[in-house]
Formats: sequence, C-alpha cells, structure tokens
Amino acid sequence: MYGFGLIRGLIVTGKNFVQSFYNPSRYTTQEYPEVKSTPPEAYRSFPFLVTDSETDPLGALRCVACLTCEKECPAQCIFIEKSKDKKPDANGRPQFYPTQFIIDSSVCMSCQICVEVCPFDSIKMDKVFEVAVSSRFENLLLTRDKLTKSNQYFHLISPSEAQEVDDRLAAERKVAQEKAAVQAKAKAEAAALAAQVKPVPAP
Amino acid sequence: MNATLLITIGVTLISSAVALSLRNLIHSVLLLVITWIGICAFYLIFNAEFIAFTQLLVYVGAISMVALFAVLLTRVAPSTNQRNKQSVTRFIYALITGLSLFSLMAFAVLHTDSPKEKVEALPATVYSIGKALTEEYAPALMITGSLLTLAILGSVLLAAHSPQSKENS
Amino acid sequence: MLPTLQTQDPYLERLPLILREAFTHYLPEPWHTLSNQLISIVVILSVFGLLFAILTLAERKILGHVQNRPGPNRTGFFGMLQPFADGIKMLTKEDIVPVAADHVLHLLAPVSLLAASILTFAVIPYGKNLVALDIDTAALYFFAVGSATELSVFMAGWSSNNKYSLLAAMRALAQLISYELPLIISWIPVVMVASTLSLTRIVCLQSGYSFGILPHWYVFTPWGFVAFALFMVSALAESNRSPFDLPEAESELIAGHLTEYSGFKYALFFMAEYFGMTALSGMAVSLFLGGWNAPSQYLTFIPSYLWFAVKLLSLLAGFMWIRATFPRLRIDQLTRFAWKFLVPLSLINLVTTAFWILSQNWGHLYFIPRLIITLILIVVPYILLSKKLGRGYAVRTYTYAP
Repeated sequence: MYGFGLIRGLIVTGKNFVQSFYNPSRYTTQEYPEVKSTPPEAYRSFPFLVTDSETDPLGALRCVACLTCEKECPAQCIFIEKSKDKKPDANGRPQFYPTQFIIDSSVCMSCQICVEVCPFDSIKMDKVFEVAVSSRFENLLLTRDKLTKSNQYFHLISPSEAQEVDDRLAAERKVAQEKAAVQAKAKAEAAALAAQVKPVPAP
Repeated sequence: MNATLLITIGVTLISSAVALSLRNLIHSVLLLVITWIGICAFYLIFNAEFIAFTQLLVYVGAISMVALFAVLLTRVAPSTNQRNKQSVTRFIYALITGLSLFSLMAFAVLHTDSPKEKVEALPATVYSIGKALTEEYAPALMITGSLLTLAILGSVLLAAHSPQSKENS
Repeated sequence: MLPTLQTQDPYLERLPLILREAFTHYLPEPWHTLSNQLISIVVILSVFGLLFAILTLAERKILGHVQNRPGPNRTGFFGMLQPFADGIKMLTKEDIVPVAADHVLHLLAPVSLLAASILTFAVIPYGKNLVALDIDTAALYFFAVGSATELSVFMAGWSSNNKYSLLAAMRALAQLISYELPLIISWIPVVMVASTLSLTRIVCLQSGYSFGILPHWYVFTPWGFVAFALFMVSALAESNRSPFDLPEAESELIAGHLTEYSGFKYALFFMAEYFGMTALSGMAVSLFLGGWNAPSQYLTFIPSYLWFAVKLLSLLAGFMWIRATFPRLRIDQLTRFAWKFLVPLSLINLVTTAFWILSQNWGHLYFIPRLIITLILIVVPYILLSKKLGRGYAVRTYTYAP
C-alpha cells in the first residue's frame, strides 16, 4: 500500500534483466536456426519407407504392396501401384513390391495410422520439419525415391523404436529359419529314406 | 518598427480576422490559438519574457482546452450556419459597435501624454517581478486570487446543482 | 556565479566550443552569432534524433531481456540496424487518410506535436556553457511550450472523424491536464530554494561538494527527493509512458487517437513521445540531479556533457525498467491517483520546502531536529494519503481449485 510492492516488483524484473546475461534459466530463447531444438522421440511429421540396404535402396524395401495403408489412411493420401512380378524379401520368400508409392504430403495429417496397420514394419514416421517448398503441387507430392530411407537412418531418428522393430524382425527371422531348418531336415531325411528304398528296380 | 514586429502584428490580426469569419467552430478556436501565440511573440519582442511564457502556458495550454471542450460539449452542427436576412443587419450592428469601441481606445491611446525624454525600462527579471508582486502589489495579487477562486467555486456549484434542481422541479 | 569557460579548463571540456569555433571561423564577422546558433540547432537535432533511434532499439532489447528473450538481434550486430529498418518501413508505408477527415488538421497534428517537443530542447543545459538558449525564465519556457502538445493530441483525435478517436483523445487530454498540475508544482520548491527560474543558475547552485564526495544536488535533500519522485511520476504520465500509456495502448479503443494514422505520421507521433520523454528527463537531471556536475570532486576531470549524458541515460533506462514492470492503469485509476494523491502531496511538499528555507539560519546544531520535522512533514501525509487512496479496495485473494 505504501509503495513497497512497487519496489519489490522492480527488484524482480531487475534481477531477471541482470541474470538473463549469464543464467540460462532466465534466457529461455533458442535462437533458430543456429540452435535447433531436438524433438522428442515420439514426434512425427511425415511417413517414410524403410529399406534394409544402403547400396540398393529401392530393391530392399520392406514394403510388399499389401495396400493396407492405402485403404486405412483417413485422408486418402497414399497411392500405391502393385508390381506384376515377385521378388524375394529378407526372409527369402517371393513378395510383390510397389512400383509406385506416392504420398501427398499437403494432405497427410501425420496421424500415424499407416504405421500402426502396416504388418511388415515398412512405413515409419519421419521427424523432418523443414520441408517447406516453393511450388504448391509438384514438390509436395512425395514419390517412392523421395520416401525411401535406410534402416540406419531410422536408428538415428528413433533409436528405441528401431531397436524394437529390429529385435522383433530378427526373432521372427530366427523362428522362420528354425522352422525352415526343421522342414529341410525332415525333407532331407525323407529324401534319404526314399534314396535307400529306391534301388529296387522295376521289372 | 522592424520586420519582426510587422510580421507578428500581421499574423495576429490576420489569424483573428480569419478565426471570426470561419464556419467551422473548431477551426476558429485553433486560429485563435495562433492569435495567442502571436501575442506571446509580441511580448517577447518587448523583452517581457515572463509575461510571454505565462501567456503561452495559460492561454495556449489551458484556455484553448476550455474553449475546445465548450465547443465540443455544446455541439452546433456546422451545416446550420446559414445566411439569412437577419445576418446582414446583425453584421452592420456588429461593425458599428466594433468601430466605435476601436475609435474610443484609439482616441485614449493617441491622446495620452507620453514622457518627453526617454525613460530607461526597469529590468523585468523574474526576481524583480516576484519581489514587486509580493511586496508592493501583494494586496492586488491576493484580491485577484480570491476573485478567481470564488469564480471557480461558483461555476462548480452551478454545474453541480443544476441537474438536481431540474429533477426536483 | 555563472561559470564561463576558462582557458585553463581541460581540453575535453572545451572541445565542443572549439569545434563550433572552427566552423564559424570561415564566415564573415556579422554572421557569427547566426552561424553559432544554427550549428547548435543542427547538433541538438542530430544528437537527439540519433538518440531516439537508439532508444527504440534499447527499449526493445531491455524489455526483451527482462522477459527472458533477446530483443531484435538479426539486423546487424545485436540489432544495431533495427531502427533504420523501422525507419524504412515507416517511410514506405502507405499514408491512408479517411475521406471525411479534416486533411489539414490531420497533417498538422503530428507536425505541431513534434515542433512543440523539439522546441523544449532549447533551454536544457547540456554541459558547461552548452545551452542553446540561456534565458532568465528557462523553466517556465519549457513547461509553457510543453503544454502546447496537448492541443496536438486533441487535433489528432478530432480530425480523424472517428468517434472512438475523439473519445480516446478526450481521455488522453484528461490524463495530460490532470498530470500537468503535479508536474509543475513539483519543481516549484526548486525555484523557491534557488530563487531563480534560469536553468543554468539552478545547475550552478548545485555544484558544491561536502567533504569532497557528497554533492549538493537537490535530490539529496528530503523535499528534493519527494519533488524528484513526484516529477518522475508526472513525467511518466505526461509523455504517455507505461504504466500511464492508456492513450496509445493497442487494446484501448483501438490505438486511441492514433487510429487513423499510418506510415510516417505514426512514426512522428512516437518520435514526439520519445523526444518528450528525453526532454523531461533532461529537465529532471538539471533541476534535481545537479545537471552537468560530477558526483564527486575527484571526478571533475570527466567533461560535463558526459556526466549529463550518463545521468540522462540512466533516467531513460529507469523509464524502461518501469515499463517492463508495472501493469497499465485505467483512466479512473489514473485520474484518481493524480487528483487525490499527487496534487495534495505536491502542495504539502511546498509547505515542507518553505519550512526548510525559513529554518536555514537556525544554526548547525539544529540540523537533526530540522531533518526530523521535515521527514515527519513528508512521511505522515504520504501514509495518510496512500491509506485514503487504497480504501475500499480489498487485497486481492486467489482461490485455486482443490
């Protein structure tokens, strides 16, 4: 009432002014673009396609063109063209592959539904936010070559998620390999049995 | 009679004449402000600094506000100033009254005996003015002060009571 | 008593006058006074124009650092080129005047405001023998010309042909004339003590030192301290600065009387506000803080104009500090503060100063009783008036959801 509150207010702002030169908690500005803030791990901007090899990116895509993400996308911004032939995937089984995979990033709302429904862990969310372009339609339509990024890149941007995916895929691969080994062993034994019985000549 | 004096007199008279003849009241008040500034310059030419700046402070700083508030609070729409037959006769009467007053003052000024030899003007420093006001002319100062206070109190009382009396009656 | 520049004064002290003499030296003899005056005018305008530019940047930087952020720092090193960028922006904006507005008055309002603000710089003593107009009634001249700024505010509001501008101009006028009274009464004690209105003499009278380190500035006397505080508060209100910036706040009646102004005229209004702020700070320095005198006898080797600059800049930094701290006052809070608190306090300060002057020849032994009586005369009305002002308003309590 007698002006003491005014003096106290002045001391608070004075302290803030003086300490803003050396105390980082009183100078909370991050001066973009010299200092970029690191987004948290669950941050998502636009999808990208994971590929397992760096030397032949488009050949080692995990995507098998099952068209699930195209059907589930609420904004209907994914356009996939399935191939006519099949190529072997990481487990050795022949799979289709997408000849065209287009995402319209001006429509995409980063909802991550395509990531959630993909059974093959082939589409994941990227973290780039500096995607401003100067033409409205051509450069915002991301085609397959622009969408393809390697698994090492995925490890860089989301380490724990990439590790979890890799572990799961490795475990599945191990199960599949063991199953294949068991089957091969059974087949080999059956072949050996057939080879033993076989030498009876037909009259 | 040097150029400065002539220009000051010219500005004062012309602005007051234009102020009287304009339709728009606000423009008239603002031209009156120029007249008062001209009078301030007039005082400055004759080395009466204190009076000049008091004139500026009181007239331009305060009385112009009073005049503008008065004009604004009692708004007369500028389009209602129309010429009618009565305006011409009123103009003639005003001219006669103004000319007779002017001739009376001119006669008084021209027929006053001025001293034969040049009298040295007293130095009008603030100190001497203050000393004169508080020692020699102190009763005059006090009477003027109390007169002004009474006037202000009276106007405040009038303004405060008139709506109530209207409500009562 | 008036100091004239002696030839044995240090070189730095005489440097401005030596430079001026070097320019007028080349002209014939009858033109010397005119040339001297013109050079003074040019120097004052350019120095205070540059100061205005730097002040806008300094204000944004200071406000920024108080608010945990940098101010402008992209245009040039530490935003040094920001004022020039702002100037270019203001100059290239379209000058929109409403069709039904009074075009002559619309143009005249910022021009007359700026003219009145610049005229007030003529009487401030910037250093020993560095005053453009050394007249006997300098203080009266300053406030007389400063009161012409109120007319421009009215002209701006009226000529816009906009009801909101007119209402806001009326409110701004009410604020300006309410605070003019404590502004003028607060420096009357200085005139009473110095018995002169001339600013150069008032500054000279403050040039003594007790024990070599205590200056005889008027702010270090009880009545002078109160008068200085009253003057600073009224100066804040007279130049429409926070927390009294109701007339120009963006959310109050949509920028008030400046609504219909854009481009360079808008910039002129703000230039006039900053000039008014600087001129009033210059007056406060001359009247209360000893003008161009050094704070101690051992520091007089630093030239007088540098001391004036230091004091002026610290007062201006104080203005910005106050702006960063306090919320805005409403119009009824403003006027109540002026009429019910500042005016009675300034009138009582007159009585206190009268007592101080009349008890000057009581002798050195009576210094403590004199001081005590003066302090009682100041503190008791302050407490009573602030209690009365705050009556009827409960202390704000906050209740939060459980």
